[in-house]
Amino acid sequence: MILGDEDEQLAVLAEPPVRKQGPFAVTVAFVKKTLVIAEMEVRRLRHDPTDIVTRAVQPAIWLVVFGQVFTRTRAIPTGHMRYIDFMAPGVLAQSVLFIAIFYGIAVIWERDLGIIQKFLVSPTPRQALVLGRALSAGARALPQALIIYVLALLVGVHMNFRPLALIGVMVAVVLGACIFAIFSMIIAALVKKRERFMGIGQVLTMPLFFASNAIYPISIMPAWLRAIAHANPLTYEVDALRGLMLEHGECIYGLGFDFAVLVCVVILFVVIGGRIYPRVVI
Amino acid sequence: MSILETKEITRCFGALTAVDRVSISVEAGEVFGLLGPNGAGKSTLIKMMITLLPPTTGQAWVAGFDVARKGSEVRRSIGYVPQAISADGQLTGYENLLILAKLYDIPRRERQTRIQNALAFMGLADSAEKLVSDYSGGMIRRLEIAQSMMHRPRVMFLDEPTLGLDPGARAAVWQHVGRLRDRFGMTIFLTTNLMEEADALCSRVAIMNHGKVMVIGTPEALKSCISKENASLDEVFIHYTGEKLESPGGYRDTWRRRRTARRLG
Repeated sequence: MILGDEDEQLAVLAEPPVRKQGPFAVTVAFVKKTLVIAEMEVRRLRHDPTDIVTRAVQPAIWLVVFGQVFTRTRAIPTGHMRYIDFMAPGVLAQSVLFIAIFYGIAVIWERDLGIIQKFLVSPTPRQALVLGRALSAGARALPQALIIYVLALLVGVHMNFRPLALIGVMVAVVLGACIFAIFSMIIAALVKKRERFMGIGQVLTMPLFFASNAIYPISIMPAWLRAIAHANPLTYEVDALRGLMLEHGECIYGLGFDFAVLVCVVILFVVIGGRIYPRVVI
Repeated sequence: MSILETKEITRCFGALTAVDRVSISVEAGEVFGLLGPNGAGKSTLIKMMITLLPPTTGQAWVAGFDVARKGSEVRRSIGYVPQAISADGQLTGYENLLILAKLYDIPRRERQTRIQNALAFMGLADSAEKLVSDYSGGMIRRLEIAQSMMHRPRVMFLDEPTLGLDPGARAAVWQHVGRLRDRFGMTIFLTTNLMEEADALCSRVAIMNHGKVMVIGTPEALKSCISKENASLDEVFIHYTGEKLESPGGYRDTWRRRRTARRLG
C-alpha cells in the first residue's frame, strides 16, 4: 500500500520492467504467458462454476437415454464390447467438442468488448494468446470429464481407473479441447460477425461429431464417410479415449499414433491460428 | 525524432478510405487529442499506431520504432485503453491487474508493489477484491487505465476514455489522466468527440473529419483563428469542417456505442 513514501515509491516504479532476452528466456516467456491466459479462465470458472453443471445435461442425455436404448437394441455392431461401453468415450469427446466450439463465439464477444484488443496490444506472442485460449477450453473440459466418469459409472460402464490411464484421458481431453477451440477461433477470426459464426458453428459441429467413430464404428460407414472420418481429429481423440477409459478398451490405430496425430494438429493449428487470430479485430 | 509520428499514413477498407494521408507528430510529454465525429477515422488511426491494423500506405513510428516492422517493440512501449470495455467483468479488479502485469513481464518481486501502486493511483484500492461486474462505469475506466500503466508505457493511447460516463465520473477520469502525464511524463494520445474534453486535457488537438486531419494546434490557437470573441472549440470545428459535430456512424457502430454506454452507465 501507498503510505507516506508515495513519491519515493513512484520514482522506483517510474521505469518499465527489465526484459530478459535470449532463446531460452523467450521460450520460458512463451510458456508463462500461455499459462497466464489459461489462468484467467480458471479464475473465471472459480468465480462462477455454474457452466460446468449446465453443460453436463447434454452428455447425461446421450449416455442415459441414447446409450441405454441402443445398448438394448444392439443395432450397432461393436464386437464383443457392449454398446454403452463403446459410446461412453464418444460422449466424453463430444462434450469436449461442444465446449471447445464455443470459444469462437467467445472470441467475437471479447473482441466486441475490447478484451482481445488489449491482449493483442500487450507484448504477448500471438501463438501464446491462441494456445492459452485453447488450454482454457481444456480447463473447462476437465471438470466435464469428471462428471462424465460419474455418469458412466452410474449407467454401468466398465471403467479403467489405473492412474496412468486417467492421466492419459486428461491429456487426450485437453488436446482435443485445444484442437477444436483453435479451429473455432480461426473460423471466428475469418467470419468476424457473431450471426455468421452461429450459423457456421452449427453447420460444423454436427458433421464433426457424426463423421467420426464417436457413436458407431468407422467399419460400418460407407467409403466416402470413412475417408472423412479418417481426416477428422475427433476420430483419433475418441480412439485414444476408448483405449484408456475402458477396462477392456482397445485402440484401433494405437495410442502412440493417436497422440501423435493430436499433438501435430495442435501445433499446426497454433501456428495457423497465431497468424489469423489478430484479424478478428480488423 | 518525435515520440509519435505518422507520415502520409492511409488505411482503406475496400472502396472506403478510412484514414487519408495523415501526417502528425507528437512530442514527449504532450497530451494530444484527436477530435472528430464518429466515423471520422480516429479509431482506425489509433489502431494503426498500436499495431492492431497494418497501414495500407504510409508509415508510423511510436517511441522510435516503425509500427510495421517493429511491432513487438512498439507494443512494449505503449499502453492502450480501448473504447469498448476491456476489463473482464468475471474477475476482480486485482485479478484484472494481475493478468496484465504477468503479460507485461513484470517480475514477481515487483508485481504486488506495481499492482497496489496502480490501484492507489487510480483511487481503486478499496475495490480491488470486488468483481468488476459490480464496478461503476467510472471505476471500470480507471481500472482499465490502471491495467495499462503498470509497465510505465512511454505513450498511452486512450480511445474515447469518457464515452458513456456521467459528468462526475468523467471529471475523475480527466484528473487521473492529467496526473499520469504530470507524475510519469507519459505522452498521452486520446480520441474524443467531446470539445469539453479536448479543452480540459489536451495541449494540442487535431481536428479530423472524413479520414483527413483538417487542422492541428493548441485549443487556444485554434479558437483565436476564427474572428469571434470567446469562440468555443465547437465553433472551431464547424469552421474547419463546415459541418456540425454529429455522428454519422452506421448501425453497427451505433449499436456498439450504445452498448458500451449502457454497460458503463
